[in-house]
Amino acid sequence: MTADSLLAITVLWGFVFIYAVMATMDFGAGFWSMIYFNKDKTNATNIANRYLSPTWEVTNVFIVAIVIALVSFFPGATFILGTVLLIPGSFILILLALRSGFLVFSHVAKDYEKGLTYVSGISGFIIPALLMLVLPITHGGYIEQINEVHQLNFAALFTSPNIYAFMGFAISSTLFLSSLLLADYSNVADELEAYRVYRRDALILGPISLLMAFLIMITLRIEANWLYTNMLDYLPFLIGSVLLFILAGAALFIPSGRHKGRIGRPRLAVIAVTIQYLLASYAYGRAHLPYMIYPDVTIESGFTHPNTFRALFVTYIVGFLILFPGFVYFWKLFMKDKRYLKQNES
Amino acid sequence: MDDLVLARSLFGTTMGFHIIFATLGVGLPLMILCAELLFQKTKDQDYAVMAKRWTKGQAVLLGVAIPTGTIAGVQLALLWPGFMEVIGRVMSLPFQIEIYAFFIEALFMSIYVYAADRISPKMRIFSVTLVLIGASASAVLITNVHAFEGTPAGFQIENGEIVDVDPWAAFFNPSFFISAAHVAVSAYMTGAFMISTIAAFKMLKNKRNERVYLFHRKALMLSLIVGGIFSLLTALNGHESAQMLHEYQPEKLAAAEGLFETQDYAPLAIGGFTDRETQEIKFAIEIPWALSFLAGNSFETVVIGLNDFPEEYWPPLFVHTLFNGMVLIGSFLIFLSIAGFIWHKFLKKQHFPKLFMYAFVIAGPLSLLSIEFGWIFACTGRQPWVIYRILATEDVVTGSTQIGILFLLFSLIYVILAIAVLAVLKYYFKRHPVEHELDGGSLQQNHVSIT
Ligand code: HDD
Ligand code: HEM
Ligand code: HEM
Repeated sequence: MTADSLLAITVLWGFVFIYAVMATMDFGAGFWSMIYFNKDKTNATNIANRYLSPTWEVTNVFIVAIVIALVSFFPGATFILGTVLLIPGSFILILLALRSGFLVFSHVAKDYEKGLTYVSGISGFIIPALLMLVLPITHGGYIEQINEVHQLNFAALFTSPNIYAFMGFAISSTLFLSSLLLADYSNVADELEAYRVYRRDALILGPISLLMAFLIMITLRIEANWLYTNMLDYLPFLIGSVLLFILAGAALFIPSGRHKGRIGRPRLAVIAVTIQYLLASYAYGRAHLPYMIYPDVTIESGFTHPNTFRALFVTYIVGFLILFPGFVYFWKLFMKDKRYLKQNES
Repeated sequence: MDDLVLARSLFGTTMGFHIIFATLGVGLPLMILCAELLFQKTKDQDYAVMAKRWTKGQAVLLGVAIPTGTIAGVQLALLWPGFMEVIGRVMSLPFQIEIYAFFIEALFMSIYVYAADRISPKMRIFSVTLVLIGASASAVLITNVHAFEGTPAGFQIENGEIVDVDPWAAFFNPSFFISAAHVAVSAYMTGAFMISTIAAFKMLKNKRNERVYLFHRKALMLSLIVGGIFSLLTALNGHESAQMLHEYQPEKLAAAEGLFETQDYAPLAIGGFTDRETQEIKFAIEIPWALSFLAGNSFETVVIGLNDFPEEYWPPLFVHTLFNGMVLIGSFLIFLSIAGFIWHKFLKKQHFPKLFMYAFVIAGPLSLLSIEFGWIFACTGRQPWVIYRILATEDVVTGSTQIGILFLLFSLIYVILAIAVLAVLKYYFKRHPVEHELDGGSLQQNHVSIT
């Protein structure tokens, strides 16, 4: 592994992580706005929509950024991944198109809001499950070569407990992270009813996600043992991750510092859970190296031309410098400005 | 059908659908910016209403532009993995920079739409300007990849290995500036004529309601000015594009013009259909010597004909019709906008004759048609190559074989999205007729709040 390819895979991994967090919030918010659609009193749907409206477009750019980073840093992985992912990738695209389209439409056409919200809500939690499939596919067990063409073995895919563990983890994490974030968001907006609802959801879903994570490890041991043993090398990260999960749970029971009588410090919980996922996915990512697609493609064999990499990296730095103020301004307008958070009607 | 044909059909359909919304996503922000600026300058509320309503429409269109663009980007890797492998090694800069453009557009579009009531007019104008820059930059950058396919640069292939990579030389490939400019100005012109379409349509329906009529006539005049300027630039630049083909992809120009024999003093054939058997163009009007002049600014220019190339390198010959369609529409729209402008500003007529109005109504759809013609001409006219003279399309297609069913599924999704977007636009603007917003109406409270 050269320094360049390691740097490239780190950037890619960073994108995947940011997208994973933003997208779970995004998809989850769509789901909750569907679930609480009929409960006018709690305002829970409004809260979800207020978060969702300005962010989904920005979140969507990240998925494009991942694909582009993958293709431009590791063109050698493109051929196999592109071929193998044609079917699942296309399904993701179709659902994503339906969801984004109908999400926007539902804000404009108030009379049809209910039906449109269902389309975007339901597709919103199937998409994370399908996206998550990409990870176990790179573990190698489900790819076979027929006439020198790499193909996905769907029979193997759909009979594998590991696959279902990953999908279950995707769905439960999506709902867990998003309910936690929305709890924080409604806490800041002083929407107590909505806060109560989302805090409760987070408390139910947290343990389920943890259980799914354990299921992944157990099934991984059988189906991709190379990865499992590698991951055990990073056991301290995994343990740290579980500890942070417990801390997050505890944070939801500590009395609020700023407001009397309110229970929980959701901001602390959000931070703890984010670090929890960071640690766990670092352990997973490190253990995955040097393979991009086991055993065919390593980050070395898939790496782009060094000249291209250097030019790309320069644009990353310039791009970041230009975009950073934009992100800060955006954050201020939508995540901190009380006028936006508290508006009665969304 | 074999998988290559299916893959082409699928990708072509995706692009043909995306481009409608993408083009408007580049063109409409320019119109919104013009309206915002005119409002600040004249303090005429009508322009604020225009900006607000166009933004609303644009926000709805984005609901299709973004997902279909995402499809386009991912499908490029799914359907043409061999192509993206080369692009990844050599030409990934534009894709990468495009991501930053997307971010700029997405961030400031959200700010403009969702925070309009909380930011100052200056900040609003700044935000639309960045939306315009972001959208134009993404169009220019993605077109750069297309330009590279026609005039590849910045690498060599030796024994199947890619060597001597110079990513910036690839970025600044010979046709980059001309193609990118053509796409940008044609998008501005299309956004403007789409506004003409709506404004003229409403004027026809609101002849008696003087106030509403006046509002739409202001919009119409604005769109004719912007449309006129940019259709002229499109044509001038299109001429350069053709000269660029003459230099770098002569067989494409030959196919576009239906020219079989290499000759100087070559005639320009307008209309008609190219016949492969008799090697002539049926039913065409021929202008002697004109093609030579167009290709090289001199009647003596030798234009290479198709017979100088092996037949398996010929592009499909129907591109002649597409090319003609594009040029004809472009010329017509230049004429239309100049005529409309003179009629109103110099002859001081307050109303346009019916025929004029109908012409304005079809201006937008014609312009979009031109975009479709131009792209299908440019992409199909490159066949059989995906990267000119370097990589054949059949060598880069995916090895998977289930493309037929995907083609059906994606087409179905496009139909659903198309119907839904039209229904939502119709629903919204029916519910919020412009009458309610004119003269103070409810301007303050609903200044582009979208949720
Ligand atoms: C409103 C749309 C529109 C209009 C009125 C025109 N064009 Fe165009 N044209 C396009 C929209 C377009 C396009 C869709 O944007 C294309 C497709 C690929 C590209 O680079 O731009 C294009 C491509 C394109 C090409 C091929 C470039 C290539 O293959 O890479 C040529 C030679 C021209 N145009 C020439 C013209 C001329 C001489 C016009 C005279 C009026 C003209 N175009 C009007
Ligand atoms: C947005 C407007 C566009 C339209 C309507 C369009 C249309 C098409 C069509 C119809 C085909 C199939 C060609 C055939 O087999 O006859 C095609 C192929 C293709 N186009 Fe475009 N295209 C567009 C833009 C682009 C851009 C900007 C790029 C560059 C990234 C591009 C890259 C390709 C590639 C790689 C193929 C497949 C390989 C090939 O057939 O050469 N297209 N496009
Ligand atoms: C020349 C033809 C094209 C033009 C003018 C164009 C322009 C646009 C515009 C204006 C948008 C809306 C961006 C936004 O609001 O964020 C967009 C979206 C997008 N386009 Fe295209 N595009 C073209 C062709 C393509 C092609 C060939 C691809 C794929 C390779 C592509 C990929 C995308 C993607 C991925 C998005 C979504 C970006 C997002 O998530 O915000 N486009 N395009």
